[in-house]
Amino acid sequence: MQIYLPIADVPVNIFLILAMGLAVGFISGMFGIGGGFLMTPLLIFIGISPAVVVASVSPQIAASLFTGFLAYWRRRSIDFALGAMLLIGGGAGTVIGVWLFTLLRAVDQLDLMIGLAYVTLLSVVGVLMVSESVRAINRARRGQPADLRRPGSHAWFHRLPLKFRFKRSRIYVSVIPVWAIGAIIGFIGAVLGVGGGFMLVPMLIYLLRVPTATVIGTSTILTLVTMTTATILHATANHLVDAVLALILMIGGVSGAQFGARAGQKIRGERLRLLLGILVLLVGIRFAYDLVVAPTDLFSIRLVKNP
Amino acid sequence: MTMRRLMLMLAIVLGAFGARQAAAERLVVSLSNHRVQITSNFVGEDLVLFGTVEPDPGKTVRQANYDLVVTVTGPRMTFRTRRKERVLGIWVNTTSREFVQVPSYLAVLSNRPFAQFANAETLRRLQIGLDNFLLPQRIGPDIADTVHDDPFRVAFVRLKSDQRLYSEISNGVTFLTPTVFRAAIPLPADVPTGTYGINVKLFAGGAMIAHTTSALEVIKAGFEQYVAEAAASNGLLYGIATTLMALMIGWIASAVFRRD
Repeated sequence: MQIYLPIADVPVNIFLILAMGLAVGFISGMFGIGGGFLMTPLLIFIGISPAVVVASVSPQIAASLFTGFLAYWRRRSIDFALGAMLLIGGGAGTVIGVWLFTLLRAVDQLDLMIGLAYVTLLSVVGVLMVSESVRAINRARRGQPADLRRPGSHAWFHRLPLKFRFKRSRIYVSVIPVWAIGAIIGFIGAVLGVGGGFMLVPMLIYLLRVPTATVIGTSTILTLVTMTTATILHATANHLVDAVLALILMIGGVSGAQFGARAGQKIRGERLRLLLGILVLLVGIRFAYDLVVAPTDLFSIRLVKNP
Repeated sequence: MTMRRLMLMLAIVLGAFGARQAAAERLVVSLSNHRVQITSNFVGEDLVLFGTVEPDPGKTVRQANYDLVVTVTGPRMTFRTRRKERVLGIWVNTTSREFVQVPSYLAVLSNRPFAQFANAETLRRLQIGLDNFLLPQRIGPDIADTVHDDPFRVAFVRLKSDQRLYSEISNGVTFLTPTVFRAAIPLPADVPTGTYGINVKLFAGGAMIAHTTSALEVIKAGFEQYVAEAAASNGLLYGIATTLMALMIGWIASAVFRRD
């Protein structure tokens, strides 16, 4: 069944979009991430303009994150103080990101920027995740305990001024690296149409040593606010948010996420991280392929002015 | 805007002049639908244009065979055609050319290939066919059309044709009787909204002997129109509404699938 998308100005098959929402939702529920890094490339691939995709995926991610947020909130596994500090950085990052998005679109380099950023981010994050989880799996096989949290091991950025005690996460660190992480994720989220959960969670675990109990729930605060802000900013600055597309994606996404979450609970943590790492790496390689291999058509058209 | 109006006036004057000169027949055309509505299940539409060749009062229709060209032009927009080149191993948009105020949709329909009923000079002067239609480009400070085999122009027409927004159909017009004809105007699913001009030119003996114009409108209707208008005119409110919708869906899912 075809449905005409009012902002993207293309007809799409409603069941195809629903199925994509379900599939990405399944993965997002399984790994506790928004899934934007998978949804954005898929939608671009079926022929929706990248700018509309990036803007319309934001509300969809917000919907799945809100479901996650409510679940973690009920389980009291959210560190609101840490979340608030991340938000301060995130807000600044998002505003800069939407501004850069508008600028790059004007100079015809948005597609390239999205491609390059995806390749860099996904391959770096993918390699880090795969190598870390392989090490963890090997450790577990040899019967050694996991060493995610080594007490007393502090990096230089933990000793910066403005130290703050985050009670629920039981960490005592400077807020400067917390703000910086927030800003990076907010910026990336706005430019790439990804929530950034797949990067934020590892950053919180490895850089700030936030315990696994509170890390995912707390990360949803930042990604949720980033995605809602990005939706509103994209709607006001670029008029590119397609609410119909977003709605279909949301319905597929939140349903898929429920099944994914159940499947995820049956797999061990480090195995799950290995799978996610491989997935992230594969998407990165796919983007690299597009950038390096000669395109079938060297020319493309973009609408500049619609009087 | 002024230039467009000027061109339009020129076209009208020339048209009137041409008609008086031939003064033997005139064209009467009608569309199956003057207002195409894009609703949520719009998948494209073939519009039908009907017409007859009428003799002027007191004159008779000539016996020669007629040929007909229908040119449909969509709302004018500015496009940028970009070319990729390899820079440091990756493919980057390096050069681009702006096509200023060109039709977003262009269909040229005829009853047989133009070259069989008019010479190249006539076709060029009357802008018949995709190769002859004026597609002004911004080249430095100037705006001008280039030769029809300019690589950017070729790429622009090719990409537009791939999207089925530009087309040249040499069997798009059918003569039902020697004086009654019909033409099918294909509107693809992603046809731009706005006012479309239809220009019908009648040929006999290698020259244009009559011409007329018509128009149609493509509009978004119902829900599609509502959403598109809200997004364009009330960005902030639209963004907030979309966000609230997202939170609602998230909350409903959480309530429906809650297991504790």
